[in-house]
Amino acid sequence: MGEANALRLAEPDRSGFGHPENLIDIKCDARKARTIKSSRLLATSDTPDPGSWEDAMIVKKLVLIAAAALLTASPALPADDTLTIGFTVSRTGKLNNDSIAQMRGFELWRDELNDKGGISVGGKQYKINFMSYDDESVNARVQQLYTRLINQDKAQFLFSPYSSGLVASAAIVSEQYGRIMLTTGAAEEKTYKLGNKNLFQVYSSADRYLVGAIETVKELNPNARVALVYKDDPFSKAVLQSARKQAGEAGLRTVLDEAYSPETTDFGPVINKIISAKADVLLGGGHYPDGATLARQIYDHKAGLKWLTLLVAPDSPNFATMGDAAIGVTVPSQWEPQVSFKPDFGPAAADFTQRFHAKYGIEPGYHAAGGYTAGLILQRAIEQAGSPEQAKVAAVLNGMDATTMFGRTKFSTDPKEHGLQTGHEMVIAQWQKKSGALFKEVIWPKAARTSDIVY
Amino acid sequence: MIDIIASIIDGLLVGGVYGLAAMGLTLIWGVMNVINLTHGAMIVLGMFALYFLVTALGLPPYGTVPVTIAVGFVFGVLVYWIAVHRVIGRAHLMSLLSTFAMNMVLVGLGTALFSTSPFNVPVALPGVTWEGYTFTGTHIMAAILALVIAGLLYLLLHKTRIGKAIRAVADNREAAELNGIPTTQVLSFAFGLGAALACVSGTLIATLFPFTVLSGGSYELKSFVVTVLGGLGNPTGALLGGIALGLIEGGTTPFIPVSWIPVIEFLLFIAALLLFPRGIFAFAKA
Repeated sequence: MGEANALRLAEPDRSGFGHPENLIDIKCDARKARTIKSSRLLATSDTPDPGSWEDAMIVKKLVLIAAAALLTASPALPADDTLTIGFTVSRTGKLNNDSIAQMRGFELWRDELNDKGGISVGGKQYKINFMSYDDESVNARVQQLYTRLINQDKAQFLFSPYSSGLVASAAIVSEQYGRIMLTTGAAEEKTYKLGNKNLFQVYSSADRYLVGAIETVKELNPNARVALVYKDDPFSKAVLQSARKQAGEAGLRTVLDEAYSPETTDFGPVINKIISAKADVLLGGGHYPDGATLARQIYDHKAGLKWLTLLVAPDSPNFATMGDAAIGVTVPSQWEPQVSFKPDFGPAAADFTQRFHAKYGIEPGYHAAGGYTAGLILQRAIEQAGSPEQAKVAAVLNGMDATTMFGRTKFSTDPKEHGLQTGHEMVIAQWQKKSGALFKEVIWPKAARTSDIVY
Repeated sequence: MIDIIASIIDGLLVGGVYGLAAMGLTLIWGVMNVINLTHGAMIVLGMFALYFLVTALGLPPYGTVPVTIAVGFVFGVLVYWIAVHRVIGRAHLMSLLSTFAMNMVLVGLGTALFSTSPFNVPVALPGVTWEGYTFTGTHIMAAILALVIAGLLYLLLHKTRIGKAIRAVADNREAAELNGIPTTQVLSFAFGLGAALACVSGTLIATLFPFTVLSGGSYELKSFVVTVLGGLGNPTGALLGGIALGLIEGGTTPFIPVSWIPVIEFLLFIAALLLFPRGIFAFAKA
């Protein structure tokens, strides 16, 4: 009948991220100071006019109200020896799976760095303090919250939210206030082609995502019939726009080109179209929820595909919960634990993987690695700048050409596409079953291949 | 041609489940003139009930159906006494706001407890393959169960004392009261019944697709379309409306991009409101 073991695809993260302890300490100190100040005010208002007891009470109440208002509305000023980095996380909403993974990368970097004493600049140690809020995967919240992070929380540097759509919103605010923002999970090129000067993209851009899949498919079957089925959102459309052109140049025949609504759960109609088009290759998807659902339903409907490349979703370790529906599914990946780049600074991929696993109990995907790398790059830039000043750090980032465990990092300084990542290269990973267990293996580029391709 | 037939069959199978979900919404409207905006939350309750009954108690997925009906019923009665009872008979806006607020509370609680991560209950049933098109066993089973439950509802409403009382209250509450029917208890029973239908439809949907705490919204919208097609307050019409919606979805997708389906659905919604305000399937009113 049915399998008794239902599987949960993703674990929620409930760490108290938005209220770092040191921030609470600062608030407590401020409260003490205000209480003392309030009592002095009350003392002076009590003595000069003993006859006006009611007035004194009114003043007392007003002072208390003002103190309470100050307490709740006052910005959380960082201490001198801390650097505050602000960002939003999609703890809830449709992007939460990948966004939380990215946040864990940020957290691991911060915790490891703070344990070592922080960033060393000019003989001074700066600890890292995070300010972060749940953006609920909603654009409007991102704009509000990044404004708050800069104005009220006094964030000196910013990390991006997750996804191209949310980053496009955050970038408007970061640029307005001239704050450096390291972007991860934001591959769409458009945002970097608007004349922004303070964005620095960690990921390879959207036009690189399906290069490897198309090259591999062409090699395996030059007569492949390709279906492009993708989420109707900025990132997926940007990736597929390039892929459409690249597939044409590779001589592959596109037999179906269809976008689906981000809310889609029933892919039956699309899958019937794939079968009708006699497609044997599918390139597309979007993010975790839709990608995982599409993969499962393709498997259930026996759609007859020989090759399936989906964006983002199969990179998540949670994708293994799909069971046999995961076998053979490929994903363009910004990073895999098996990569063996020799880092100029920071840990090697194996070290990072082991530390991440020790902290969170799961293997990191590329969203987590991207988050960690964003921290590493910012750290390096501040150290080399010798100061946390925006202009000096931006100058170092502009000139950076370095290799971390994530691969090469180099930002475009062309004003037409400032901050676009030009050094990093992607890999293609494939879910394969070995000895009854599912593993993700690197299958492209050939030089980095860890297993034969399942086709 | 085969692809169109396959697509229509798929649409019909899913349409049965849409119909079942809408029956709960329309029953509540028909009996107490309340637009129940907790409908989506009740669908999600059914989804999570399936998940926990299967994972925690090890029940077989379809064995959970009677349990989720009972859970939905009890939950519905509770919601009735908390948020609905005092606003019955008042302006429609009151019950709309009251159930909307209740829905926000439930969604907020769900988000706090389970986050918005997707959940998945893998159910394996052999399907039927025809000319390369596979109709999954879960879709077929969901459609069959939806029809069976709809049939049982029909029997309940027409052949039992409580069912007759519900219909009497729906027709004229004062007259029913004068005839000795305890209308308040009947209303709470009817609300529980509507919630149970939403809940069990959520359970069936969860055997087909992954879900999150926020999944109820899209099915609630579909239920509104189905309800308007079938006629407000008409459970039999809702079932037919659901099947019709599935048929339209299945019949149009071979010819248009799938992203146009919501556009078609809501154009149909407006057309039905303007041209058939009593519902296209008003003739099927019980």
